[in-house]
Amino acid sequence: MNKKAIIKTTHLTKIYKTDVLETVALSDVTFQIAKGEFVAIMGPSGSGKSTLMHILGALDLPTSGQYILDGENVGELADDELADIRNRKIGFVFQAYNLLPRTTAMKNVMLPMAYADVPKEERLEKAKKYLEMVGLGNRLEHTSNQLSGGQQQRVAIARALVMNPAILLADEPTGNIASAQASEIMDIFQKLNDEGHTIVMITHEPDIAEHAKRIIHIRDGKISADGNGHTQKKVKS
Amino acid sequence: MDIAGLFLESLGTLTLNKTRTGLAILGIVIGIGSVIALISLGQGSQQAIQSQIESLGSNLLTVQPGAVSQGGIRGAAGGSTTLTMDDAKAISSSPQITTINKVSPELSRRTQVITGGSNTNTQIVGATPTYAEVHKVTMSSGNFISQRDVDGMTKVAVVGPQVVTDLFGENANPVGQTIRVNGQMLNIVGVTASKGGSGFMNQDDVIYVPLTTAQKQLFGVNYLSSIAMEAKSADVMVGAQDEVGYLLLGRHKLSDPTAADFSIFSQQDILNTASSMTGTFTALLSGIAAISLLVGGIGIMNIMLVTVTERTREIGLRKALGAKKKIITTQFLTESIILTFTGGIIGILFGVCVSLLITNLMSIPFALSPSSILLAFAVSAGIGILFGWYPARRAANLQPIEALRYE
Repeated sequence: MNKKAIIKTTHLTKIYKTDVLETVALSDVTFQIAKGEFVAIMGPSGSGKSTLMHILGALDLPTSGQYILDGENVGELADDELADIRNRKIGFVFQAYNLLPRTTAMKNVMLPMAYADVPKEERLEKAKKYLEMVGLGNRLEHTSNQLSGGQQQRVAIARALVMNPAILLADEPTGNIASAQASEIMDIFQKLNDEGHTIVMITHEPDIAEHAKRIIHIRDGKISADGNGHTQKKVKS
Repeated sequence: MDIAGLFLESLGTLTLNKTRTGLAILGIVIGIGSVIALISLGQGSQQAIQSQIESLGSNLLTVQPGAVSQGGIRGAAGGSTTLTMDDAKAISSSPQITTINKVSPELSRRTQVITGGSNTNTQIVGATPTYAEVHKVTMSSGNFISQRDVDGMTKVAVVGPQVVTDLFGENANPVGQTIRVNGQMLNIVGVTASKGGSGFMNQDDVIYVPLTTAQKQLFGVNYLSSIAMEAKSADVMVGAQDEVGYLLLGRHKLSDPTAADFSIFSQQDILNTASSMTGTFTALLSGIAAISLLVGGIGIMNIMLVTVTERTREIGLRKALGAKKKIITTQFLTESIILTFTGGIIGILFGVCVSLLITNLMSIPFALSPSSILLAFAVSAGIGILFGWYPARRAANLQPIEALRYE
């Protein structure tokens, strides 16, 4: 691969253990994602795609295997260093938006910068800039419950971008949104990717996945197919 | 984030969630307020009891017929008729007695008293002028029983303020009116000043009549129910008790002190009984305070646990956005401190107001020691802060995805 790999996983495995049951959520997953790619991860529910997403987002740790994000071996980091990685290198967009309730759009977007000790003036200025970029320049002081689902998700995108992360992780970003607004959200992702942002998106909707340039199919915790939308190459399982 | 930033963030979160914040503060206010009100009421009642006992008189010795039985309860007082006026006269005139200042022979009985349309059941005390000196009775209007009344067996009465209220209504001036006791019409010549007290300790619910009138005209007896004496000083109380004891033994022709047909109490005995009573009272109060602290503390613990556990998802989100453990625990600690201190200060004011109100209604003195405020505040604030911080720390230790998925 000539481009620099921003995500590199080798033999990622995640096993959930309860007293009686051992569930293999991910088994021996190895792949790379280069800078500037727009990748969709697809699979039926229970396939392990969410687990993969959480590990890529440093929200959870693999049972075994290696995950290198932008040159850092995530598996070897302590809790506070992981917090730092999530803060600086990863931008999250959740299916349920996960904005702070009863809090203004500006304050929601400023939150990650507060954790990074960005000075107050810069926080205000950047939050405003990114909210304008997602088309919410006239909704800065609206609280989350005063915004529609699509608008809340755009606040979440602004919040994900504000630290200029290495990757943007989106977990079913249009799952809770009406289809008209969903395409606006996808347009924003498309535009961000054109500007050079690396995007990894989980979805189970094929028409949403089509916005991506590369689709990784997951089934039973393994990669079942990897390639661009038209020339899917089967991966031997 | 620096401390000022965290403080502002915490304050912001608290003001955004007014219902949650309000409920948490209310829990703390009730917790601290009730403890302070209870402690204050207890201390007030204790003071009231002490001051009532002190108002009985000072350096007081009392001779009563009959022996003292277990626990200070006197048996069959009405049956003993061994104390007489001659005993009282002997105490005041005998050369053997050197330590007694004043002697007040007394005959008291409960009976029904009637005036016009109303009646009451009260204590009738046959007294001499020395009664007022020995028992520190002061007058609010008119005069106390005079020696002339005793000598002439006049039909006069001096009434306590409670009797005035019961028979004539509040703030009435009954001097010059008559009351009927055991078929005799008595002319009211004075009203005593209030000494306070209630229930069995009520020294205002009394009617004084001349001793001779009580003996001959009202009850038809010639004995005394007690002789009260004032010793010359607190130091000679024990000596006075002995002197009077030997004199009366001789007069009653008894050689064995254990066979005495009378007993002598000193005020010290009463104070000792009272202090053991207030000791029990204090223990009771401490128990009540401890229980209310516990109940208040559990209330505070619940509200803090619920409000913080409810925010586990928020903690997961904050971690996902890059908050370090320390930032999260510090933020929740700051919120708990703001909550418990705000609630604590309101609670102290609330408790003081409630106890002021109740002590006013019950007419007992208002008392509140700073140490009880400090105790109530420290325990409640400690519990509030601990249970605001502990679940937050637990949530901060979860993997962010577990906290985010928390239901």
